[in-house]
Amino acid sequence: FTKRKLDDEALEELEDLLITSDMGIATASKIVQGIAKSRFGKDISSEELKAALADEIVPILEPVTKPLNVQTGRKPHVVLVCGVNGSGKTTTIGKLAKIYSDQGLKVMLAAGDTFRAAAVEQLKVWGERTNVPVIAKETGADAAALAYDAVVQAQADGCDVLLIDTAGRLQNKAHLMDELEKVVRVIKKVDETAPHDTVLVLDSTVGQNAHSQVETFDKIVNVTGLIVTKLDGTAKGGVTVSLAERFGKPVHAIGVGETAEDLRPFEARSFANALVGLDD
Amino acid sequence: MFESLQSRLGGIFDKLTKRGSLSESDVSEAMREVRVALLEADVALSVVKDFVKKAKEKAIGEEVLKGINPGQMVIKIVHDCMVEMLGSDDTAINLKAVPPVAILMVGLQGAGKTTTSAKIGLMLKKKERKKVLLASLDVYRPAAQQQLEVLAKQAELNSLPIVFGEQPVAIAKRAMVEARKGGYDVVILDTAGRLHIDEKLMDEVAQVRDVANPAETLLVTDAMTGQDSVNVAKEFNDKIGITGIALTRVDGDARGGAALSMKEVTGAPIKVMGVGEKINELEAFHADRVAGRILGM
Ligand SMILES: Nc1nc2c(ncn2[C@@H]2O[C@H](COP(=O)(O)OP(=O)(O)OP(=O)(O)O)[C@@H](O)[C@H]2O)c(=O)[nH]1
Ligand SMILES: Nc1nc2c(ncn2[C@@H]2O[C@H](COP(=O)(O)OP(=O)(O)OP(=O)(O)O)[C@@H](O)[C@H]2O)c(=O)[nH]1
Ligand SMILES: [K+]
Ligand SMILES: [Mg+2]
Ligand SMILES: [Mg+2]
Repeated sequence: FTKRKLDDEALEELEDLLITSDMGIATASKIVQGIAKSRFGKDISSEELKAALADEIVPILEPVTKPLNVQTGRKPHVVLVCGVNGSGKTTTIGKLAKIYSDQGLKVMLAAGDTFRAAAVEQLKVWGERTNVPVIAKETGADAAALAYDAVVQAQADGCDVLLIDTAGRLQNKAHLMDELEKVVRVIKKVDETAPHDTVLVLDSTVGQNAHSQVETFDKIVNVTGLIVTKLDGTAKGGVTVSLAERFGKPVHAIGVGETAEDLRPFEARSFANALVGLDD
Repeated sequence: MFESLQSRLGGIFDKLTKRGSLSESDVSEAMREVRVALLEADVALSVVKDFVKKAKEKAIGEEVLKGINPGQMVIKIVHDCMVEMLGSDDTAINLKAVPPVAILMVGLQGAGKTTTSAKIGLMLKKKERKKVLLASLDVYRPAAQQQLEVLAKQAELNSLPIVFGEQPVAIAKRAMVEARKGGYDVVILDTAGRLHIDEKLMDEVAQVRDVANPAETLLVTDAMTGQDSVNVAKEFNDKIGITGIALTRVDGDARGGAALSMKEVTGAPIKVMGVGEKINELEAFHADRVAGRILGM
């Protein structure tokens, strides 16, 4: 590797790299300043620089690295999955169903998207693929009532985990957010400790709007963790880093494709390496 | 979280007392704030750099108009520049071809292709009195074909009957044949979501294009998209050729900088905007509205 001096121009290039990952300017410049402090003026190769960048990012991500574990005593452990339209909620539920069934857990799915065309059918296909029962009503049914029925059914069947799908909704739509809040309220009527996890699914191609998504969903339904999807593309999901700084919400897993096997645990080091373009 | 451009620039120009034309140093300082505002709005960095350069050249030496302050003057120049770059004269859906005219819908997973297919179909039926056939070529996503079928019913449009196991290129051929037989004016081909780097699926959609010879190939893009928009737009345009952009989820609170990025990278006009989940929630593209939003005004 050819070395070059870490001057202002090199630092600007580093900041550009982080900005194009969707990290946001504030976090990007903070990280670059961290590097400048210890290494300004030194000769350094581009690989070393990337490694240094990753080293700055890892400590931000490590505290939020936390798998989505099912507590088997709860029968069921209720996971509510929410997010904006098209982020990957239904697919992620299919992937989680596969992981949990492979662990030998008894899984149930609830088709809580009673709004979008063929959303129920979509989840049913995932139920078939993973060999897991799906509680569903017809499109147009009340989502909260469906969730209520599903928790009751999962209790009766002695399920370990119930994964509840919800319709995609944009966080600035108050009536849709109220509806989601109602789903939570109604679930609590059956089990006041539920939902035990409320997962917000974020599309990694999203830009700075992710901040507004986390902020608003958290305010309405108390988000307990994030799953970031579509990292098999060229988007780096850099906003995850500034979200970790600002909200400190656990990041459970990442989606890397469209099949049932394409969910991976979130790992701070490999995420940071991919973000700066280092091979693992 | 985001400061409006007005308040950012206000701070800079409050320091100025003298009037007259905008000096290079004033403009340079202002453009640093414009850069930040555009990045916060998710305009891709490369596009931000070009934009700032262009706007700067326009602004230096401009006389500050009577009745407004220098900050407002810069905003006006930046806004005009943005409207010019976003806008285009041909935002109508192009149907100038021998019927049945094909419209090919492409884009990343979950962008809004299926919904927008139904929306455009409904719009063409209502506003242009066109006879429209909807066809789903998505054999991958669970229940994707059913989704379009349901939406077609809602819009009171016909959809191509689903043949289980038939592959996308064959479906496209059948759609064109059926459309000819049925005397349709327009065939909207909804395709599966795909990554721009998925060579196999990009080849497949290129084959579909060759079969259908579409008058429009619309890249459907989420208004919330971040910096990756330029990669996506460039690859789709290079590999299949984009004639227009459909921007979705404009009903959200994202600033929508991806619109500018994609327009710049492809040169293709933004033609329609999705402003809700319902099939009648489609609007014509308004450059001034989107420009104001990107700038946080
Ligand atoms: N490449 C890739 N595609 C994904 C991933 N996760 C989901 N998808 C695709 O993204 C699209 C949308 O996924 P869904 O699971 O339907 O998203 P959703 O959030 O349930 O959507 P709505 O219910 O309509 O709001 C589908 O085409 C999925 O196959 C991923 O990790 N990688
Ligand atoms: N709020 C809002 N939601 C939209 C808009 N357009 C589409 N959606 C929603 O976005 C989600 C995904 O839309 P689809 O039409 O299924 O997207 P797609 O591109 O066909 O998805 P794939 O086929 O999986 O790649 C659904 O929940 C739609 O209801 C829009 O303009 N506004
Ligand atoms: K990636
Ligand atoms: Mg869904
Ligand atoms: Mg679709």
